[in-house]
Amino acid sequence: MNNQSELDTFIADKYEPQGPVVLDCQVNNIYYGDFRAVRDTNIPVEKNKVTGFIGPSGCGKSTVLRSMNRMNDLIDSFRFDGQIHYHNQDIYSKKVDAVVVRRYIGMVFQLPNPFSMSIYDNVAFGLRLNRFKGDEEEMVVRALERAAIWNDVKDKLNNSGLSLSGGQQQRLCIARAIATEPDVLLMDEPCSALDPIATRQIEELMIELKQHYSVALVTHNMQQATRVADVTAFMGVDISKGGRTGHLVEMGDTQQIFEDPRQKLTQAYVRGEFS
Amino acid sequence: MNHLDEQVLPPQFDLPSLERNAFEWRALKNTLLTGFVWLLAVIASIPLFSVIYMLVVEGGARLDLEAITALPPAGFEMGGGFGNAIVGTLVMVGIAAAISIPLGTMAAIYLAILDPSSKLATTSRFLAKVLTGFPSILAGVFIYAVLVVTTGTYSAWAGGVALAVLMLPTVTLAAEEAMKQVPQKMKDAAFGMGCTNTQVIMKVVLPTGLPGILTGVILAVAGAAGESAPLLFTALFSNYYMAELAEPTASLSILIYNFSGMPFDNQIELAWAASLVLVMIVLIFNVLARVVGKSKFKD
Repeated sequence: MNNQSELDTFIADKYEPQGPVVLDCQVNNIYYGDFRAVRDTNIPVEKNKVTGFIGPSGCGKSTVLRSMNRMNDLIDSFRFDGQIHYHNQDIYSKKVDAVVVRRYIGMVFQLPNPFSMSIYDNVAFGLRLNRFKGDEEEMVVRALERAAIWNDVKDKLNNSGLSLSGGQQQRLCIARAIATEPDVLLMDEPCSALDPIATRQIEELMIELKQHYSVALVTHNMQQATRVADVTAFMGVDISKGGRTGHLVEMGDTQQIFEDPRQKLTQAYVRGEFS
Repeated sequence: MNHLDEQVLPPQFDLPSLERNAFEWRALKNTLLTGFVWLLAVIASIPLFSVIYMLVVEGGARLDLEAITALPPAGFEMGGGFGNAIVGTLVMVGIAAAISIPLGTMAAIYLAILDPSSKLATTSRFLAKVLTGFPSILAGVFIYAVLVVTTGTYSAWAGGVALAVLMLPTVTLAAEEAMKQVPQKMKDAAFGMGCTNTQVIMKVVLPTGLPGILTGVILAVAGAAGESAPLLFTALFSNYYMAELAEPTASLSILIYNFSGMPFDNQIELAWAASLVLVMIVLIFNVLARVVGKSKFKD
């Protein structure tokens, strides 16, 4: 971080995906009002893999993740410059409806956020939203099973979703997100509010989930990235004039990023020299 | 044995007394102040309980089937009741609710969710707050000018609209508050599932805020049921059951006002009974508000 001018213009080497890419994220710039939060960040999310986003606080990893299903549209000052291709369609194209995007690209948030309805209704919510015609109950049960929470809740499906413990609530939210069979699951630090046991359960669940879905995972916990992510993107922050702009530093196989990082900044970060 | 006993004995030193001393200054002050606050709470509830006591004693004596179904008696007539006034009050409160609840809820959606910080929102929020302290008789005068003078007759419509004017700010502000209580993370969850703005409001914000909204609505209804001033120049009074909405209509509050000033015991007794009925109506609405105010899904 000593040489500012070098960092200002630094652009990460292109990562060559090894498998089919579901969500090809090419960010030129992301602004909040006048503040440039993220620049030059290309992150392809590969099919049936977990793509981890790591980096220090304020490097824009959550911003990039939330851009991937246009959740940031809800923030007035947000401005996106770039493309995010989902099956060859740019989700930021003027013709695209953000609401439809979010039905295919689901999201799990940092804090568990079940609705104040029964456990069953929470999971069935997305199905009803999409006017799902089929066996709703079967889909709900399957989502709960895949989210590894079926055994905890099978006897109390009519209880409030808010009556569950934090870890259970988060798994309920995952069940809710996958009930509609989305393509991609964006997870924004899904374990940061959970205890170690719940965290381990969610991590095991993420490894299970990638059989069916492609997962993009923001995490502040490097061990979590090594345990769960197949591919890891490391983002850093420029300390340049007038703001702190985050950008991609290095992306590659998780093993390579942690054991043989090419960039000095990555090396320093994975060694725990700053966070 | 002896030397063992000695070994087990604890070391000797003066333990401070942990027992409560009621006459120590701190404890005494605490007791006195607690008693004082308790006394004030009792004093504060004396008016309420004495009003209810008097209503039950004085009004309960005449509260029978005849009283709540028959028509108001004339001057020296015995018996009679105030059935038409009960109907009139319920109908006018119904009209007021039918006007103010949809308007107020939709205004609250705008204030709480769609554009909370816009000029229109800040202005109307301010005006709503001013209107909650609006003297109710002015609502009556206003509707008199707008509806009674233009249509040429006192009517249940005019009474209902006057009550709606009074209910609207209460409903709006209560509903806005209830919707603002819906946590942002729940709205995020709904947007993240691919909900449109409308779906977020209809499926998450309204159901989650419903207990709060209903509480506000029912309290406004209860308040409106007891109003007399706005009905004086709008619905006036009638001695007969209403046949249509466009004619002068009786209400409990005006009947109480009329009868309590009459020099006949029969009428005064009926005024007491009508007061008891009015209080019971308000009480039922309040209890309802508490019951529906309990969310089915608490965390």
